[in-house]
Amino acid sequence: MSQWPSIADIVQSVEAGKVQATELVRQALKTIEDKQEYQAIIAVIKERAENRAADIDKRVAKGEKIGRLAGVPFIAKDNMLTFGSETTAASNILKGFEAPYQATAIEKLEAEGAICVAKANLDAFAHGASTENSDVMTTKNPHDTSRVPGGSSGGSAAAVVLDMAPFALGTDTGGSIRLPASFTGAVGYKPTYGLVSRSGVIAMASSTDVIGPLARTVEDAALVLDVMSGRDDLDGTTIERDTSPYTTLDVSVKGKTVGIIAEYMDEGVDPAIRKEIEAAVKQLQAAGANIVSVSLPSLPLALACYYIICPAEVSSNLSRYDGQHYGFSHADAKSLEESYNWSRSEGFGDEAKRRIMIGTYVLSSGYYDAYYKKAQTVRTKLVEEFTRAFKKVDFLAGPVAPMTAFEIGKNVDDPLQMYLVDIMTVAASLVGIPAVSVPVAKVQGLPVGLQLMAPQKHDRALLSLAAKIKETA
Amino acid sequence: MVSPETRKQYRITVGIECHVQLKTKTKLFSAVGNDAREAPANTLISHIDLGMPGALPVLNEAAVCLAIKAAFALKTEPQLFSKFDRKHYFYPDLPKGYQITQFDQPIILGGHVTIVVDGNQKDIAITRAHLEEDAGKSTHPSGKEYSLIDLNRAGTPLLEIVSEPQIHSAAEAKAYAKELYLLIRYADVSDANLYYGNMRFDVNVSVSKTDNLGTRTETKNLNSFRSVEKAVEHEANRQIELLEKGEVIVQETRGWDDAKQKTFSQRTKEEAHDYRYFPEPDIPPLDLDPSFIAKIKKDMPVMPGELRQQLSTLQLDNSAVETLVEELQAGRFMLTVLEKGDVHAAKKIAAWLTSDVQAMVVAQKITWDDAKLDGQSMLVLAAMVEDKKVSSTAAKQILEELVLRGGDPLKIAEDKKLLQVSDEGAVGKIVDAVIADNPQAVADVKAGEMKAIGYLVGQVMKHSRGQANPSLAQKLLKEKIG
Repeated sequence: MSQWPSIADIVQSVEAGKVQATELVRQALKTIEDKQEYQAIIAVIKERAENRAADIDKRVAKGEKIGRLAGVPFIAKDNMLTFGSETTAASNILKGFEAPYQATAIEKLEAEGAICVAKANLDAFAHGASTENSDVMTTKNPHDTSRVPGGSSGGSAAAVVLDMAPFALGTDTGGSIRLPASFTGAVGYKPTYGLVSRSGVIAMASSTDVIGPLARTVEDAALVLDVMSGRDDLDGTTIERDTSPYTTLDVSVKGKTVGIIAEYMDEGVDPAIRKEIEAAVKQLQAAGANIVSVSLPSLPLALACYYIICPAEVSSNLSRYDGQHYGFSHADAKSLEESYNWSRSEGFGDEAKRRIMIGTYVLSSGYYDAYYKKAQTVRTKLVEEFTRAFKKVDFLAGPVAPMTAFEIGKNVDDPLQMYLVDIMTVAASLVGIPAVSVPVAKVQGLPVGLQLMAPQKHDRALLSLAAKIKETA
Repeated sequence: MVSPETRKQYRITVGIECHVQLKTKTKLFSAVGNDAREAPANTLISHIDLGMPGALPVLNEAAVCLAIKAAFALKTEPQLFSKFDRKHYFYPDLPKGYQITQFDQPIILGGHVTIVVDGNQKDIAITRAHLEEDAGKSTHPSGKEYSLIDLNRAGTPLLEIVSEPQIHSAAEAKAYAKELYLLIRYADVSDANLYYGNMRFDVNVSVSKTDNLGTRTETKNLNSFRSVEKAVEHEANRQIELLEKGEVIVQETRGWDDAKQKTFSQRTKEEAHDYRYFPEPDIPPLDLDPSFIAKIKKDMPVMPGELRQQLSTLQLDNSAVETLVEELQAGRFMLTVLEKGDVHAAKKIAAWLTSDVQAMVVAQKITWDDAKLDGQSMLVLAAMVEDKKVSSTAAKQILEELVLRGGDPLKIAEDKKLLQVSDEGAVGKIVDAVIADNPQAVADVKAGEMKAIGYLVGQVMKHSRGQANPSLAQKLLKEKIG
């Protein structure tokens, strides 16, 4: 059992003066300290967190109302700009970078009384599925330290499962919240694209980047989403949120149709995982849902499509890290040309360089039509197929990944194998729909996540559905 | 030097790109002040202009409105759908490593600018105009091992207006630049201050003896109509000379040396970039509502073409019309005068503006922007001249006072004692005195020497301190001398 009660209970205790925010922050920081061996945390935000907690306690003592996340400690993935520590996205090129402003998501959480206590490890710039691409360290899976926690939000997922805080924030570009959630047994929620502001989040692929919670329960995830979501003047791609709170998980499942994605249940998937997914879906059937099988014929193209669009956007988004304005700058460079070349050559890790090169290639004149434009055509086709599927079913279901957490080092020399880990998560990212990983069982001691998806903006319905799933021992 | 005969064998072809700085309060993608003219370096910047990690551009609606106005000024409609793209290159004054611009679906496609050269009217077609952000400013102090970057200008909204290559002489190039300037200024799209670089012209020049276009060069960053004209002139001559010598033209970017009045090579095409354009994922495409566009169209100010038409009712000479049109203050003021419907008075006022006020501006007594132009008081002044309450010489003194400081023309006339005395009794007394004091001149008049009457009128004016009505004085002198 977790040492943390539900977020709603924590908030109630803090507002009632029964528990002090200072005590909660101390508890979080102590757990982080005690569990350093997992290498989930890049930086601790001690002073600022303690000051914020003390301030909240003072206000509670004065009888003030604090907010919907009063005194709740949380951990942010280190690609989100926060005060009180460096923000590096686990990349050497941002070593020493202190954010001059905070991400909107962080600001919204803080406005309701949440306290950011640490920054979680990730694959540098969120490029990866294991945290092994972090320039700092590799996070270990809480269930087996010889294995990866999944990525790129591996530090955030591990931190939640290790009880370092009641919740953590991750970002999901092609599966980076859902995969580590599945590998570690956390609930990982990827909202509809645009529901949470990307302002202050270090961009990976701008057209699929979303911010979402990693938590212990769907209810906790829903509360965090409810606080973070909505239009933001600092992000032109944000959308209007639902008028009902996302915490009202009362969208009925009775009579709804859940389609199991046939392409995600073939022989490429570990049979033990398939069995657990089928068992979990039965729980939905028991709750009154109809279960059918659905085919989305273009799904096998999704991964190839993603690994063109994503590096294209990455190559552009990483242009700003040039050693001229902030972050790492090569001290020995004698000319502008050298400064660019050396700062970027030494500042970026292998995976960032790989994506910059692929992205630069697919956007180059003469190759644009064959790669980038074609990938956009496939993306449009995927959107059409999902739209069509959602005319027949209310939700889609399948595994998050074809495997459980793999061993550290297993895929590091084979980038293609590493990309294949994303095979079941990239489609929802390309289509911009909400998707969630809920822990359903363990296979040989390692967690398995069920992936559920819904049409765009149906986040409340998806959360209601996910809340019906209970993990079997 | 190229002989005129040789020159005639070549056809010059010019296309002009113009970067217009839009007069928005804030930048194209950030809520930071847009007026970088006198601001200390790097004070008008935010995390967005600095290209900080996690910073996102958010489109400024005001810039879109100005682009829509520009579309109407160019006699076309804005595109309902347009989008933004990223153009990649590395330079320290471009902090993101890409410029946000509109590549294949710009906000304006088509339109034209009408020019008149040597009395011939001609339409120059517009290919396109697109919104984009400006870069910062780099300076490279000579002898120093560093460069300086000022990002105040980074993110300033620009509208790049691209003409078709339909310009065929230096004079046409100048006329195009000038007319485009007037359109932009009258549409209130830009302050269009050339000194501050609010409009910068790039001229693409080629020459050819056949119908096929020759290799072109692009001379960048011209900031006056004269430099546009001179650069085209110089570049055409340079190219013709090279071709006549049997050499080839290198496609390249050139600069303009204003002191030497010459273009010079800056960068050849070999060094040209692959900009790797792709759709900007941070800015949703622009989907304009027709009713939004219609509202802007309804509020469009009067354009220079219509102003010229209205001024034509005054039958002024061409240069007077252009003087009025070229100065926005004067042009707009004339519209208010014309509205009153008194053509005679309007004509007089137009003459005052184009000769007297213009002379004050030339003498640096005032600028057009500071001139106090008030229609009502000018009309009053015109009526005073008409009613012979003041002489036309006195009117000019009153006008100067009006333009410099404003006020009531009648009161100014009274204060300066410029009102004409047309009372026969009062003038008659002065005339009597003058006759008594100038027996010789009176004798001359009597002897038929009519020149002497001018002298006597002058004496009457002198005694009256200029206030006597001169024609009345003359009439009385004749009567009294008999």
